[in-house]
Amino acid sequence: MSGGGAIALAMCLPVAGALAIVALGRWPNFREAATLATAIGLFTAVVTLVGPVLAGARPELVVLDMLPGVPLAFRVEPLGMLFALVASGLWIVNSLYSIGYMRANGEDNQTRFYCFFALSLAATVGIAFAANLATLFLFYEMLTLATYPLVTHHGTPEARQGGRVYLWILLGTSIMLLLLAVAVTWVAAGTLEFRPGGILAGRLGNAALGGLLALYMFGIGKAALMPVHRWLPAAMVAPTPVSALLHAVAVVKAGVFTVVKVIVYVFGVDAIAGLRSVDWLPTVAGFTIVAASVVALAADNLKRRLAYSTVSQLAYVVLAAALLAPLSIIGAALHIAAHAVGKITLFFAAGAIYTAAHKTQVSELDGIGRRMPWTMVAFGIGALSMIGLPPTAGFVSKWFILSGAVATEHWVAVAVIAASTLLNAGYFLPIVYRAFLRAPASGDPPHGEAPWPMVVALTLTATLTVVFFFNADLPLALARQLPLSQ
Amino acid sequence: MISTHLPALQVIVPLMAAPLIVLLRSGRAAWLIAAAVSAASLGCALGLLARARAEGIVSYALGNWPPPWGIEYRVDAVNAFVLVLVGLIATIVVPFGRASVADEVPAEKRYLFYAMLCLCLAGLNGIAITGDAFNLFVFLEISSLSSYVLIALGRDRRALVASFQYLIMGTIGATFIVIGVGLLYLQTGTLNMADIAARIDEARETRPVLAALAFLTVGICLKLALFPLHMWLPNAYTYAPSVVTAFLAATATKVSVYVLLRFWFTIFGQSLVFERLPMPEIFLALSVLAMFVASGIAIYQRNLKRMLAYSSVGQIGYMTLGISLANVSGLTGSVVHLFNHGVTKGAMFVFAAGIAASARTVDLDRLSGLAKRMPLTCAGLVIGGFSLIGVPATAGFITKWYLVLAGLERGSLILAALPAASSLIAIAYMWRFVETVYMRDPHPGLADVKEAPLSLLIGGWLLIAICIYVGVDSAWTVEAAQRAAERLLVGVQG
Repeated sequence: MSGGGAIALAMCLPVAGALAIVALGRWPNFREAATLATAIGLFTAVVTLVGPVLAGARPELVVLDMLPGVPLAFRVEPLGMLFALVASGLWIVNSLYSIGYMRANGEDNQTRFYCFFALSLAATVGIAFAANLATLFLFYEMLTLATYPLVTHHGTPEARQGGRVYLWILLGTSIMLLLLAVAVTWVAAGTLEFRPGGILAGRLGNAALGGLLALYMFGIGKAALMPVHRWLPAAMVAPTPVSALLHAVAVVKAGVFTVVKVIVYVFGVDAIAGLRSVDWLPTVAGFTIVAASVVALAADNLKRRLAYSTVSQLAYVVLAAALLAPLSIIGAALHIAAHAVGKITLFFAAGAIYTAAHKTQVSELDGIGRRMPWTMVAFGIGALSMIGLPPTAGFVSKWFILSGAVATEHWVAVAVIAASTLLNAGYFLPIVYRAFLRAPASGDPPHGEAPWPMVVALTLTATLTVVFFFNADLPLALARQLPLSQ
Repeated sequence: MISTHLPALQVIVPLMAAPLIVLLRSGRAAWLIAAAVSAASLGCALGLLARARAEGIVSYALGNWPPPWGIEYRVDAVNAFVLVLVGLIATIVVPFGRASVADEVPAEKRYLFYAMLCLCLAGLNGIAITGDAFNLFVFLEISSLSSYVLIALGRDRRALVASFQYLIMGTIGATFIVIGVGLLYLQTGTLNMADIAARIDEARETRPVLAALAFLTVGICLKLALFPLHMWLPNAYTYAPSVVTAFLAATATKVSVYVLLRFWFTIFGQSLVFERLPMPEIFLALSVLAMFVASGIAIYQRNLKRMLAYSSVGQIGYMTLGISLANVSGLTGSVVHLFNHGVTKGAMFVFAAGIAASARTVDLDRLSGLAKRMPLTCAGLVIGGFSLIGVPATAGFITKWYLVLAGLERGSLILAALPAASSLIAIAYMWRFVETVYMRDPHPGLADVKEAPLSLLIGGWLLIAICIYVGVDSAWTVEAAQRAAERLLVGVQG
C-alpha cells in the first residue's frame, strides 16, 4: 500500500467505524465487534507506515485547499508516527476494556459512546499526521468536540458541570490564543507548513517570538500547562475507559505532541535556543510539575489523583521540549509513549476497582491487593513507571530528559525532576502499601477481580510498560529521526 | 442569445411569475412555479458569475436604452456573488420548505404567499443587479413591501405587530435612502451609479454629498440591521412563517450589506468614507457592540428563533467589522461571510421550521430532551452552531480566519482577538441549546413528537453540507470574495 493510501485509510477507517457502530447499535455484540475491528484495522494501517518512515520517507497526502495556500494535508514524520502508533495501539486494548467496563456497569447510551470514541480516534490520528498548523487546528478542535459527549456521558448535573469546564477551557484557549498564534504565524511566515528547522527563523523579533510561544503554550490547552489545566480533573466525570484512553493518552498527548511539534517544526530548536525571551517556559513547566504533584498528594479520590499526576507528567514533556537539548527532546518524544502505557494501566486499574468493589477513594483501598492481585500488581507497575524506576517505561524517558537537563546545565530542571520523583513516590507508593500490606476493613462485601476483558487489558498494558524498559528500540529509533541540531 | 439577456432574466422571471401565480390561484401550482423560478434564478446567477469572471464587468442596457439615459444592469465580481447566494438559498428553501408552509400558512392564502415570495426574490435580485441608484430604491421597496406581507402571514398574531414594526423602520430606512439618492442626483445630475462615481469627485466635499452619505448610510444600516438599528429584526424573524425567516435571514440583510458596500466603495469612494470621515471608527464601535451585546442578548432568549435572530444581529457585526477594517483580508472576510452566514443561518432556520412543524413550539423550555425525538434536526442545528462559533471545517471558520488576519494586518492583536472573543459568546448560546436538547429529560409535551418532515430535513442538511464543504474547501468562495474585495477596493476605475 502506498503511503498516501495508508494515511487515507487511517483517516477514513475510524469514521467508517463510527457509522458502522451506529448502524449496528441494536446488536451490541456486532457493535462491539465493529469497534474492535476498526481499532485493529486502524492500528494495521498505522503500522504499515512505520517501515517507510524509519527508512526516511515522509508519506504525504494532500486532500484539498482548506484556505488558499493552506491545504488540508497530511505528512507522516517520526513524532506523529510514534503518537499515532501509541494512540491506535492502545485503542485496541482500551476497546477490550471498554466492553468489560460498560457492560459490567450497565451504562446507558453505549452506541453513542462507541461512536464518539471512534470519532475521537479519527481526530487523534488527524492531529498526529497533520502536515500544517491549519490541519492540526482542525482536528484539534474536532477532538475537543468529539470527546465532549464522552465526558458528559452520564448526563447528570455533575457531568454537565464537568463538561462545561472541559469545553470552555479547551475551546476558549484554542480560540482566543491558539488560533491567534496560528494567524500570527501565517502573517509572519507566509506558510503554516511544518518544516524541519522551523518556519519562523528570522521572521520575528526575539520579544515577539517569546510572546508567540506564550500564545502557543497556553493556547494548546490540551497540554494542561498551569493555569489552563483545570479541564483535566473536570473530565474525570467521564466513564473510566474515556479517562484511560482519552484523558491519559489521546487528548492530553495530542496537547504535548502539538507542543513538541510546534517547537521543533514551527519555531525550530536552533532558532530559539538560548533566547532570553523563551526561557520562562522551563520555569512554568517546572512549576506545573511540582504544583500538580502537591495537589495529587492531597487528593483522596483515586481518579483525581491520577488526573493531577497526568498534569504533572505532561509538564515533563513540555519541560523536556523547552530545554531545547537534543537529548531532552528525544526524552520528550519517548515520554509521550512511556507515560501513555503507564498511565492507561493506572486508569484501567482504577476502573477495575470501581467495577469490582465500587470504590473510588484512596482511603478505601486497604487490603484490596489480596482480592484483586492482578489489578494491583499492574497498578504497582504503572506507579513505578510514574516515579521513573526500573524496570518500567518511565525510567527510560526520564533518563533522557535528565541527561538533557544535565547537558544544558539547567540545574533548576534537574532539581524539579528530582523533587517530582520523590513526590510521585509520595502519592503512589502509599496506595500500593495500603493495597497489599494493610488488612481489609471489616464489613466489606467480598469481591474478586473485575470482568476478564478488563483484567486482560490492564495486564497487557502493564506488560507493555515493562517491555518498554527492556526494548524501546522502535520509539527510540523514531525519536532519533527528529530534525534536531547536534 | 440567452446569455446576453441573463441580467434581465434574473429579475424578469421572478417578477412575471408573481402575477402568473395569482392568476392560477392554486397552492400546488404556485409552489411548483416558485421552485422553478428559484432554480432559474440560481441558474442565471451562476451564468452571470461565469461571465463576470471572464469579462470583468457585464453591462446590460435595459430596453436597449444606453446608460446613463436608460437603466443599466451592471454585474461584477461583487454582485454576481450576492446573486448566487440569493439564488442558492431560494433554490433550497422554496422547494424543500413546502411542508412548513403547508403547516403554517392557511390553504387559501398559500398561492398569495408564493406570489409574494417571488416578488421578494425579484426585488432582492433587482437590488443586487442594478447599476442605477433610483432603480435600486425601487427594487428595495419591492422586496420590502413583499417581506412585510410575508412576515404578517405568520401563524402567531404577534406577526402583525412585528410586520408593522418592520414596516415603520423599513419605511424610514427607504425614505432616507431615497433622500440620499435625490441629493446625489442634485449634485451629479445622474442616477447611474458608475456615472455618479465618476462625477462625485468634483462635488466631493460639498454639504449635499456629505448629507447624502449620511442619509444613505443610516437608511441602509436600518435595512441591514446594524446594531442599534436592529430593533425590527428579532420580532420579524421570530413571528414570520418559518420558511420566510429562513429565506429572509439568509438573503435580505446580506443584500443590504451589499448595498452598503456598493455605495461606500463604488460610489462615494474609499478616500471620502474612510479617510475624510470617521466612518471606520464609528463602524468598528457599532460592529463590536453588535458582536458582543447582540450575541450576549442571544444567550438569554427562551425562544429558539429569537435566539437565532439575535445571533444574526451579532453575525452582521462580523460583516461590518470587516468593512470597517477596509483591507483586502477584512473585505474578503465580510463578503465571504455574506455567503457563509447566509448558508449557515438558512440551514438553522430550516431546522427551526422543522421543529416548529413537528414539536409545535420553538420555546426552548419546552424543547428539553428534543434530541431523542428529532436526532437529525438537532444534530444539524448543532453543526450550524459550530459554524456560528467558527469551528474549523465549517464555513464560519473561514470568515473568522480572514477577520483575524485583517486585524493582524492592521497591526493590532486586540482587533484580531475581537472576532475570536465573540465566538466564545456563540459557544454560550449554542451550548444552552445543546444542554437543553441533549442533556435534559424529555419534556412531557414531546412524548409523541416525530422527526421533522423529510423535505425540511433534506433542505436543512443540503445547506449544512454546503456549509461544511465551503469550510474544508474554501477555494471557490474565498477566491470569489477576494476578487470582490479587490474590485471594491479599486473602486470603479478597474
